[in-house]
Amino acid sequence: MHRLRIPGAIFALALLTMGLLVACGDDDDDEATASPSSVATTAAAAATTAAVSPTPAKIGGEMILATTTSTQDSGLLDVLVPLFKEQTGVDIKVIAVGTGAALEMGAKGDADGVLVHSPSSEKPYVDRGELVGGKIVMHNDFVLVGPPSDPARVKETKTLKDALTAIAATGPFISRGDNSGTHTKELAIWKAAGIELTAVAGREESGQGMGATLNIADQKKAYTLTDRATYLSLKKNLQLEIVSSGDVSLLNIYSVYVVNPEKFPKVKKEQAQAWVDFLVSPATQQVIAGFKKADYGESLFFPDAGKTLDQVGR
Amino acid sequence: MDALWEGLKEAVRLIVSGDAQLREIALRTIFVSGTATLLAMGSGVPAGYALARGRFPGRTVLLGFVNTGMGVPPVVAGLIVWLMLVRSGPFGDLELIYTKQAMIIAQYLISLPLVLGFTAAAVQALPPELPDLLRVLGAGPLRRLWLLSREAQLGILAAIMAGFGSVISEVGASMAVGGNISGDTRVLTTAIVLSTSRGENANAMALGIILLAMAFAVNLVLTVVQQRRRRR
Repeated sequence: MHRLRIPGAIFALALLTMGLLVACGDDDDDEATASPSSVATTAAAAATTAAVSPTPAKIGGEMILATTTSTQDSGLLDVLVPLFKEQTGVDIKVIAVGTGAALEMGAKGDADGVLVHSPSSEKPYVDRGELVGGKIVMHNDFVLVGPPSDPARVKETKTLKDALTAIAATGPFISRGDNSGTHTKELAIWKAAGIELTAVAGREESGQGMGATLNIADQKKAYTLTDRATYLSLKKNLQLEIVSSGDVSLLNIYSVYVVNPEKFPKVKKEQAQAWVDFLVSPATQQVIAGFKKADYGESLFFPDAGKTLDQVGR
Repeated sequence: MDALWEGLKEAVRLIVSGDAQLREIALRTIFVSGTATLLAMGSGVPAGYALARGRFPGRTVLLGFVNTGMGVPPVVAGLIVWLMLVRSGPFGDLELIYTKQAMIIAQYLISLPLVLGFTAAAVQALPPELPDLLRVLGAGPLRRLWLLSREAQLGILAAIMAGFGSVISEVGASMAVGGNISGDTRVLTTAIVLSTSRGENANAMALGIILLAMAFAVNLVLTVVQQRRRRR
C-alpha cells in the first residue's frame, strides 16, 4: 500500500487543479461581467457615462473588432468598449493588429467591424465592396520624432520635405515595416518628398508595433514616424522629442467600417452597425475629444464625425 | 534599473492589495495552461508509453516528428490554430476563435510533443528486461503498464513540468488565437506584452514576477512529489 502513495499524490494534485479550474471558471465569468476593464478606466468610463444619452436599444451579442494598435495602446478602447457594452449590451472582442492585418481580416470576413487609420489603404477594400458603411471617426496627427541632440538638425527645417531630406542624409531612421497605417504613411511621405527608401541613411525596419518601435528608436538615437497619441502615452519613458510636425499630409485619420454582411453571411451586422453608430454619435464624439486631455494638456484624438476626408483637420 | 525596482514594488503592491483584475488574469492563466497541460498529460503519457514500448513500422519516424514538435515555436502553432479556427477557416463555424477554448487547443498542441517525447524517453530509459520480468511474474498488460509508468515516474513528472512550463510562458499562440481580450482571453503573458507596448514597464515587470511566482509554485509541488519518489 505504501507504494501507492505517489500516484495517489498525483491524482490528488490533478483533482486539486481541476477544482481550482472549475472554481476559477465560474469566478472568471463573474469578473468578466463585473469589471470588464481596469479600475482606472472603469472610473473614467463611469465619469463619462453621465454625459451620454442612453437611447440605443440593448441588442446584446458579441462582435469582433479588428483595429490598429494605437487605439488599444493609447487606452481609448478601454474607455469606449465598456461604454458601448453598457449602452447596447454588445461584447466587443478587440483584436489589435496593424491596419494592414485589420483590413485583411475584414476582407476575409474574419471580423465584423474594422477601425483603421490609412485612407489610401482602405480605399481598395471599399471599392471591392468588402467594407461598407464607412464613417470617419476622428483624427490626430503623425509626428517625426528624434533624439534630443537632433544630429540631422531637423528642428531647423521649415517643411516636411526638408525635414525628410535632412533625416535621409544623416539617419538613422527606424521604420515600422509592418504594413500598419503608420508604415503606409511613412512610405507615402518619402515618396511625396521624392526620396528613394534606399537613399535614406541607416533606415531599418523594426517589424513591430508603435510602442516597441519608439523604444528601439529611443535606444538607437534614431528618428521615426509616430502617431501623436502613442508618442504622448509613452513619452515619460522616452528621450525622443518631436522634431517635425504640422504638415497637412501628416494627418492621421481614423475610419470605422462594417464588414459587408452580403459577402460574409456570418458577419454580426446588427452589432457592427451599432458600433459604427455609437462611434459617430455626438455623446461618444465628446468622450473621444476629452480622452486623456487632462493628463496630457492636449487631446489625443479630435472628433470628426460627419466630415469628409478633405474637411478633416482644416 | 528603475523599472526593475518599481516592478518589484508594484508586484508586491498588486498582490497585497488583492487587485481584482490581476486576480482574474492570474486565475485565467492557471485555468488555460492547467487545462491544456492536463489534456496533454492525459493523452501524451499513454501515447509516449506506446511510442516507447510499441513495435510498429514508422515508429522511429514518428518519434522524429515528436522530437521536432518539441521545438515548434508557439507562434507557429498559434498561426496554424488561428488559420483553422478563424471564420474563413475550415472550422470557422465552431466560433472558437478568440476564446479560452482556442487558447487551450493551441497550448495543448504546444505541450503535447513535450509530454509525449519526455515520457517516451523516460520509459525507454527503464531496464529493457523489466517488461519481460513482470510478465514472467504473472502481471497482466494493464498491471504492467501501471507498474512501468510508476518506475518511469521521475521522467514522466519532468515531462509534465516541461509541458506546463512551455505553455504558461508562451505568448505568441495565446495572442494569436486568444486576441488578448480584456476580461475574456487576457492572460499574464499577453497582459505583459500590452503593458510593455503601453510603456507601463513597472506594471509589466510586476506581472512577470507574478507569472514566475505562479510557475514556481506549481513546479515546486511537482518537484516535491518527484523527489519524494526518488528518496523512497
